[in-house]
Amino acid sequence: MARAATTTDAFNAVAEPRRRQILDLLASGERPVGDLVRRLGMSQPLVSKHLRVLREVGAVEARDEGRRRMYRLNARALKPIYDWVLGYERFWSERFNGMDAVLKDLKREEEGGGGDG
Amino acid sequence: MGVTGSGKATVTLPTDEQILITREFDASRHLVYRAWTEPELVRRWWSGNRGEVTVAEVDLRVGGPWRYVMVTDDGFEAAFHGEYREIVPNERIVATEVYEGMPEVEALNTVTFAEADGRTTLTMLVQHASKEARDAHMASGMEAGMREAMDLLERVANALR
Repeated sequence: MARAATTTDAFNAVAEPRRRQILDLLASGERPVGDLVRRLGMSQPLVSKHLRVLREVGAVEARDEGRRRMYRLNARALKPIYDWVLGYERFWSERFNGMDAVLKDLKREEEGGGGDG
Repeated sequence: MGVTGSGKATVTLPTDEQILITREFDASRHLVYRAWTEPELVRRWWSGNRGEVTVAEVDLRVGGPWRYVMVTDDGFEAAFHGEYREIVPNERIVATEVYEGMPEVEALNTVTFAEADGRTTLTMLVQHASKEARDAHMASGMEAGMREAMDLLERVANALR
């Protein structure tokens, strides 16, 4: 079944280790495809395939310089993805804050329940 | 000490296959354990601020299943389930966890409750079989919670076209 490109795919795009390697390489600056192929030790078609996935989700951008195709990172689009650890942490913080409220009630209940607590 | 309420949650990635979540609570550990394991209590916190817990089933014995489901306000449903592997009341729970949106990936969670001076530190170690599985879990498990971030990403991506 054909899928429309969604932003969920951006997370999936970056969850692939080879694509993260590409992003890491591009983090230090714009590079031609040939340079990525050399550094990754992968075939050109495979690198191109990964780059296509990354372009589709807006993680990298391409431009032609003479006969060379240059790729660069789109840091703004990537920030939410790189923030995923923070996002995960934020979600757990919300949960734990909710637990604080539950614990407050349990403590009150225990104290109110009397006895030697 | 001036510490009111509780500490900040921290998430670290100790190895390529692990996620470690730590949080201190201003309560003794038998209460933290209750909040963590009793379904009526889990319903009150497990969805964070992101919706409602619609299912919280806990069969707290070795080999017993658990299943939690939350539904966000915009109708996204995220379901998780697993099986208890080890239970030491008020101390430690080991259980498997599967995000039902990604059923082939199973994590093993070890939750420990450590009390000192009336405060309890909860740690949850999430162990995956591979780095890919861990990263996918972190990303996909966030679908329910990351709607805003994804919307933002989409807007940014569209603006650049």
